[in-house]
Parts: sequence; structure tokens; C-alpha cells
Amino acid sequence: MEVINEMRLEFPSKSQNESFARVTVAAFAAQLDPTLEEIADIKTAVSEAVTNAIIHGYENTIGIVTVIAKLYEGKIEIEVIDEGKGIEDIEKARQPLYTSKPELERSGMGFTVMETFMDEVEVISAPGQGTRVKLVKYLKSAGGELRRNDGQG
Amino acid sequence: MQISSCRIKQALVVKIEGELDHHTADAVRERLDSMLEDPSIKYMIFDLSQLKFMDSSGIGVFIGRYKVVSQRGGAVSVVYVTPQINKVLEVSGLYRIIRKYDSIEEALSAVGGCDE
Ligand SMILES: Nc1ncnc2c1ncn2[C@@H]1O[C@H](COP(=O)(O)OP(=O)(O)OP(=O)(O)O)[C@@H](O)[C@H]1O
Ligand SMILES: [Mg+2]
Repeated sequence: MEVINEMRLEFPSKSQNESFARVTVAAFAAQLDPTLEEIADIKTAVSEAVTNAIIHGYENTIGIVTVIAKLYEGKIEIEVIDEGKGIEDIEKARQPLYTSKPELERSGMGFTVMETFMDEVEVISAPGQGTRVKLVKYLKSAGGELRRNDGQG
Repeated sequence: MQISSCRIKQALVVKIEGELDHHTADAVRERLDSMLEDPSIKYMIFDLSQLKFMDSSGIGVFIGRYKVVSQRGGAVSVVYVTPQINKVLEVSGLYRIIRKYDSIEEALSAVGGCDE
């Protein structure tokens, strides 16, 4: 599958950048003519992954969070990468309600939200090696089709 | 992020405007907890009509306040829930502990807060 467009964001793990990251990715995704619901889904999933990088990956330190987005015909692929502490047991981390930070009033629903709002969620991580979360969404909107038929209707 | 509230008998109607994420959650939590220092408040009704975005950070905020008022025999409810927020509340299972109403009036009458 051919990449139509791609972008890369890098920012320090400050909580102010959570809204910056999700809004930027959503604006970029708009090139695929997604529906309002699809845009909201993408924003929410990006917010979860970036927040995790900041809270869990880097904890109370400042590191660099990288977000890469690639647009394909009817599909967006987003990677959220940190070089923080990593995840020891990925399967356990992905379970609904599991959180390593209950004292911060985290609910342990971030991965569940990502899985519900996106079509594929892949997590690559190891202790001390950082974490890479890949989010994929297939856009049901006919944007791609419509563009190809431009000028005919 | 802006929070305004209005007291009606044992209920506090709280309107949250803006975005509720990890960045804003601490400030929201602090405001809500200072409101809850008044022990006569048993019910919290959140007006989410002006909340533009929420992620799982908001879930934690609602669960935390639910724990406080349920200790007092009260409850938490939400009104005017927009689609993105509804989806987050739904997948997280929050509707098992907090209720959704279509209007403030409906939420108030459910907790006996309105004089009929
Ligand atoms: N980037 C990351 N680096 C290190 N650990 C992570 C990372 N992302 C997630 N985790 C681990 O996975 C657990 C589950 O993440 P999830 O987002 O589902 O819940 P949470 O962040 O704890 O709570 P919530 O997202 O509901 O506020 C976290 O508690 C943390 O231990
Ligand atoms: Mg999380």
C-alpha cells in the first residue's frame, strides 16, 4: 500500500503537549476526509497513547515523545514512541482496569479506549527500552473514492 | 478549562467547560474536592454540554468523586453528554456506577431536588 502523506512530531513530555499532539494528528488526518466520529476516535486514541508516554514512560522526568502519522488510501497509521521505562508485561498492561498508578486516580482504561476507538493496536515495549504504540484505523468514509472520481460529479 | 456550579438542595450541578485530559484533570479534581468539602452535598450532576473533549483521565476524575458522594449515600450523574464523551463513558463501563439523563431537570427530579 502506497503512503499518500506522512508527518513526524517531536516534543518534550509535558502535559500541555497532550492536546497539541491530538489536535495536530486530527488536523493531518482530515486530509483523508474522515467523518466527525472518526476524527474524534483518532483524537481520543492519540491522547491516550501520548498521555501514557508522559505519565508512565517518562514518569516525573522529561524525555522526547515522537508521533509519526502515515496516510494511506482509506487508512491512517499512527505511532507514538517514547524512550522511557518500558512495559514489563504487555498483556497485563492491556487488560481493562489494570493500572500501575491507582494512587494518581488512573482508571486503567487507556488501552481499552485505544482498542475500541481504533481497528488495530500494536504495542512494542521492553523494560528500559521504551514503548512504541502503533494505532491503525480504516476509514469507512468514502473520501478516497470521491477524490478519485473528482470532476465527474 | 472553566468550572461553574449551582447548588440545589442536596445536589450540586457542575458545568465543566473546555477539555478534560491529564493536563487539566488535577485542576478539575481540586475544584471539585473543594466543593465537596461541604458535607451536605450528596449528589453531583455534571453538565457536560460544553465539555469539548475527554479521555480516560476524565474517567478517573468521575470515579474519584463518585467514591466520595457514594460514601454519603449520594450519587453522580451526567447530562447533555456529547457523542465523543458518551463513547468514552460507555467503553469504560462508567454507566454502571453513574447515570445519564437528558436534562438537568430530569437529573434533579431523580434525586428529589426539585420542588414540584
Ligand atoms: N508508554 C508507556 N510506558 C510505560 N508503561 C506504560 C506505557 N503505557 C502504558 N503503560 C502501562 O500500562 C498500564 C495500563 O495503561 P492504560 O492506559 O490502559 O491505563 P492507565 O494509564 O494506568 O490509566 P488510564 O489510561 O485509564 O488513566 C499503565 O498503568 C502502565 O503501567
Ligand atoms: Mg493511560
